[in-house]
Amino acid sequence: MSAVSPATKPVTLERRSLLSAIRPSRAILNIVLVVSAVFWLVPTIGLAIISLRPESLFQQSGWWTALTAPSQLTLSNYQTLFAQGLVARGVLDSLLTSLEITVPATLLVTIISSLTAYSLVFGRWPGRSVVFLVIVGLLVVPIQVALIPVVQEYRVFGDLSGFNPFGTIPGVVIFHVAFGLPFGIFLMYNFYSGIPKEMLEAGRIDGAGEWQLFRRVALPLGLPAAASLMIFQFIWVWNDLLVALIFLGNNKHATLTIFLFEQTRTLAANYWIISTGAMISIFIPLIVFFSFQRYFVRGVLAGAVK
Amino acid sequence: MASVTFDHVVKRYTSDLTVVKDFNVEVADKEFMVLVGPSGCGKSTALRMLAGLESISEGQIRIGDRVINNIAAKDRDIAMVFQSYALYPHMSVYDNMAFPLQMQHMKKAEIDKRVKSASSSLGLGNFLDRKPRALSGGQRQRVALGRAIVRNPQVFLLDEPLSNLDAKLRAQTRIELQKLHRDLGTTFIYVTHDQVEAMTMGDRIAIMNAGILQQVGTPGDIYDHPANIFVAGFVGTPTMNFVAATVQDGVATASGFHVKLPKALPAAKGTLGFRPEAVTDRIPDPDSAMEMKVDVVERLGSDQFLYGKVGGDSVTARVDPRIKVEPGDSIKLGLDTRTLHFFDSETELSLL
Repeated sequence: MSAVSPATKPVTLERRSLLSAIRPSRAILNIVLVVSAVFWLVPTIGLAIISLRPESLFQQSGWWTALTAPSQLTLSNYQTLFAQGLVARGVLDSLLTSLEITVPATLLVTIISSLTAYSLVFGRWPGRSVVFLVIVGLLVVPIQVALIPVVQEYRVFGDLSGFNPFGTIPGVVIFHVAFGLPFGIFLMYNFYSGIPKEMLEAGRIDGAGEWQLFRRVALPLGLPAAASLMIFQFIWVWNDLLVALIFLGNNKHATLTIFLFEQTRTLAANYWIISTGAMISIFIPLIVFFSFQRYFVRGVLAGAVK
Repeated sequence: MASVTFDHVVKRYTSDLTVVKDFNVEVADKEFMVLVGPSGCGKSTALRMLAGLESISEGQIRIGDRVINNIAAKDRDIAMVFQSYALYPHMSVYDNMAFPLQMQHMKKAEIDKRVKSASSSLGLGNFLDRKPRALSGGQRQRVALGRAIVRNPQVFLLDEPLSNLDAKLRAQTRIELQKLHRDLGTTFIYVTHDQVEAMTMGDRIAIMNAGILQQVGTPGDIYDHPANIFVAGFVGTPTMNFVAATVQDGVATASGFHVKLPKALPAAKGTLGFRPEAVTDRIPDPDSAMEMKVDVVERLGSDQFLYGKVGGDSVTARVDPRIKVEPGDSIKLGLDTRTLHFFDSETELSLL
């Protein structure tokens, strides 16, 4: 211990001078961050204010006039939209449909990816690396290529089983799960690969079976990655228009994206509905993001800092 | 209450990569057995086969009378301490130690009792709520030990558990582990590459090299009667002296000296081996005296080692620390003929 103390002083001195050298550039960094945050926020704030102004004012003046005249703001747009209640293809019904698709698709992708990645990383069956390579290959398959084949397969499945998933909510969920899995497995695989094998071996010797190893060791350690995956997957599915439009087009229910899309097409002037609906559709992912945010940062950094 | 038997055990990864070859060892109940050898010699693989982390290619491993070849690791009733400790980073010290007991579906009260008693005997009582990352290396090592102790297993495996500790802590833990072994009365199998750990801790030592078991015996046995050149050179610091010698009429002749062998040998030439402490400044027999040209002098306080040349051979000698010798000096040394070794030049086996 005595040998350490003389060395401590010069080290702290050096660190202090290093910090002061960093400081000016840190101020620049902060300015850049603030400016980019404002840039990012302005359109969102604009959209929020538009949704809070009466429809009649939209034609007369820009949303920024509300900054000097806050009395313009009203919740009437929201009240009108929500007053429709759960009509088919109304905003509340669409919100519900979006949730019915996004929540199961997200949960299924996260759970199946975690289990698959666990087996690929820690399992002891032959051909694991081949399976993983195939999954990596699937990452680059574009959704558009699969649309028609999947519709056909749904029909074949319908002929065989009596239930054709095309045009139903489960049909959309299955599609999203199938296309979410390659990335999900890839992400979880990379994260699990960073867990020392000895930790699982210790668990095996401690008497844990595979399921307990997964639940008590791998899953808690992989929580940051699983949370990131949940956020990614949730936002992708939530914002999806193409798949919903094709696979749900004839359904009497629609997702929020379809709802907004139809407003632009049929009623070009209905900006109050679009802005209000858009705010509603932003709101849910924000809740998801902020509730998992602290894991998200760790998950994104995972592997990079190891 | 369990002996461990390795019966003609082989570990083969591919047809031309065999890391453990025909391994036969019997570890008695309550014995402290050390598997030692250079890295890559197969000692860890042997341990991992016993633990159930590697499959057994050929042969049988038995714990007591039970053949465990096809029993899953979790059902072997074995505890293991890993070199990296392999603690669960997301669990507190308490949960780390309770984990194996929870896996046995033990009652909460019993778990609590066992964890508390193990942690207090290891001096971890104040750290039960901490996560492993908030512990020092020595404390982590004790948690790993505690996680093994609470289970009260049939066999205790330790895979180089001291190699991440600093020298002082290592010496201290060595003693604690021996005490622990005595207190628990469990069979210990300990893997290390450090012959000092092997010599100080083992009831018996099994020395391996290149996947082949070289010799099994007590530390004294192995030190005094090494079975071959590898064992002779592996055990003891500084290393045993090896010089090429020819034998005629019971006298071995090296490049710089000759010595009368204690018994007749079947070979005409081979390698003469003698430990540094057999070459001293005392000259018991003028016939076997030698003249050393000193290259390096190592003074350790209690000992003084001289490294130099005798004739054409490199020799290490241990002399009285009070003798003043400088590099470049020549010094006359005597050889204690009671601890001579002689190895066959072909098989490298001990002939004396």
